[in-house]
Amino acid sequence: MTVTRAEPQAPPPRQRRRRGGTLREQEGRAGLTLISPTLIITLVVVVLPLLWAIMLAFQDARLINIRRVGVFGNYTLENFSYVMSEPGFWSSLVNTLVYTVAGTALSIAIGLVTALALRDRFPGRTVIRASILIPYVAPVVAVAFLWETMLNPQYGIVNTWLAEPIAFLTQARGEFLGVQVPVALLTVIAFEAWRYFPFAFLFILARLQALPAELDEAAVVDGATPTQRFRYVIMPQLWRIIALLSVLRFVFTFTKFDDVYLLTGGGAGTEVVSVRVYNFLTSRDDIGAAAAQAIVLALFLVVFLAIYLRFFAGGEREQR
Amino acid sequence: MSRDRFERGLFAVLRPVVIAFLFLITGFPFLYMVMLSVRDIQELILAPGSLWPRAFTFDTYVNVLTRQGFLDFLRNSAIISVASVAVTLLISIPGAYAVARLRFFGRRQVHFLFLAVYLFPAIVLAIPLFVLFTMIGLRGSLIGLILVYIAQTVPVTVYMLRNYFETVPQSVEEAAAIDGCTRLSTIWRVVLPLSKPALMATGLYAFMIAWNEFLFALLFLVERRESWTVSLGLSQLAGSIEIPTTVLMAGSVVLTLPIVIVFFASERLLTEGLTAGAEKG
Repeated sequence: MTVTRAEPQAPPPRQRRRRGGTLREQEGRAGLTLISPTLIITLVVVVLPLLWAIMLAFQDARLINIRRVGVFGNYTLENFSYVMSEPGFWSSLVNTLVYTVAGTALSIAIGLVTALALRDRFPGRTVIRASILIPYVAPVVAVAFLWETMLNPQYGIVNTWLAEPIAFLTQARGEFLGVQVPVALLTVIAFEAWRYFPFAFLFILARLQALPAELDEAAVVDGATPTQRFRYVIMPQLWRIIALLSVLRFVFTFTKFDDVYLLTGGGAGTEVVSVRVYNFLTSRDDIGAAAAQAIVLALFLVVFLAIYLRFFAGGEREQR
Repeated sequence: MSRDRFERGLFAVLRPVVIAFLFLITGFPFLYMVMLSVRDIQELILAPGSLWPRAFTFDTYVNVLTRQGFLDFLRNSAIISVASVAVTLLISIPGAYAVARLRFFGRRQVHFLFLAVYLFPAIVLAIPLFVLFTMIGLRGSLIGLILVYIAQTVPVTVYMLRNYFETVPQSVEEAAAIDGCTRLSTIWRVVLPLSKPALMATGLYAFMIAWNEFLFALLFLVERRESWTVSLGLSQLAGSIEIPTTVLMAGSVVLTLPIVIVFFASERLLTEGLTAGAEKG
């Protein structure tokens, strides 16, 4: 680079190419060199294992015989027919869907309310904001243990406030106001909403604070009430970020393992597919079936995302 | 006009109520965590509803750190997190610079890769890595875990850093080139000092991922107690009956505190704009 700059007259192109190519070629090579560590580690630890996971799903693989299962081993659809014929798989898929949709919707709704409440300055806002972010940044193991302790039927503080103790995390069904409700599943959903509403809050607050104040002021002058301003001025400007948040939270929650595993271990009607995959992998030592379920889970995720993008992304474009 | 006044009045009342409620549901559990960690287990059994302990004790912390081995877990977690942060930054700084500044083959497609890795379900990845690490005997070693954490964070950190590098004025870099800097020394002497807030944010992100992560730690390390991370240790000991809940609560505080400190310490740094006026000087 310095060579070409230092020369007073432009050298003939052939000579330049011999010295390592044109500037543009040098730039391209430098770029590839600098990005290559990133590419190599993603290739080795993400892309290749993914391909192998797909292969394992079509093989009869167990930890004992894994060395005999080669690249050209016997491919079979047995794993898929086996896992899909088990009723436990479909009920866990339904659980996953309920958990994901409810967790996503609740965390975004609470995040929106929080962002609106903390939009304007008030004394102590920094402290409140910090407090709100803690559930999101704290380690999942610590907060899951905290919830377990607080909800414990014997010595949990929440149960001392109730007339009769509720086993929030170990009771599959319970009656609330005469209606049958899935207690443990609802608790896990509440945990999800509590832990991730700060995430939605951060995104929505950033967008709220970037909104031009003129529109809101004009609406005030025109006599719009606070709810009208929210409905017709603020909300239309927030749809994009809410749509993005829905996709992100849906994708993350749909394959989430830690939260449910730590809270209930997948018991009491809360088994989601990822916990099932883990159990197949470790307790049952059935790698092939675990891989098949994980692949089916990922495929469902892709299908739901495609449906979402087709209906909601299109609808949003019309609205604007 | 009456509807407007009614709504304004309503929200003037509702807003403090909502804020107080949010403060309660987020702040209270952590306050309870600390309060529970400094009392004796007997007191919890006898008076589960009491908030303020009658007698403070720090034996729980001594117990969890020494008898339960949390000091070792802390050391493991620290090694894993610091190594992940260092290597992640080492890999993602040149990568992000390349994506931000240099035109190379496949530059546009790189974003797609980042997004895919960011959204990629960890549970799918867990299966082949579990099998692979079992086969080559990397299970129980911290190196395998560090590798996985780096791979999971690098695409995101490259993206974060790229966004920041693009705001560094190109003219500053050109000035450095004219003064005789090579490309690498331009990155080292000009771009990085201007990007301190972004580097902090990126390092923090990598640290949080490595410190908080649970699934891969569980899969790879569970059979070797001496390599447990704090997260894994707490989750494994939480099931046992012999260890009192208050002692484990002390363990939760030990696990949570570093993250909270790191997060709030660096959050302030992030708000400093360091590029302001760089071109004029």
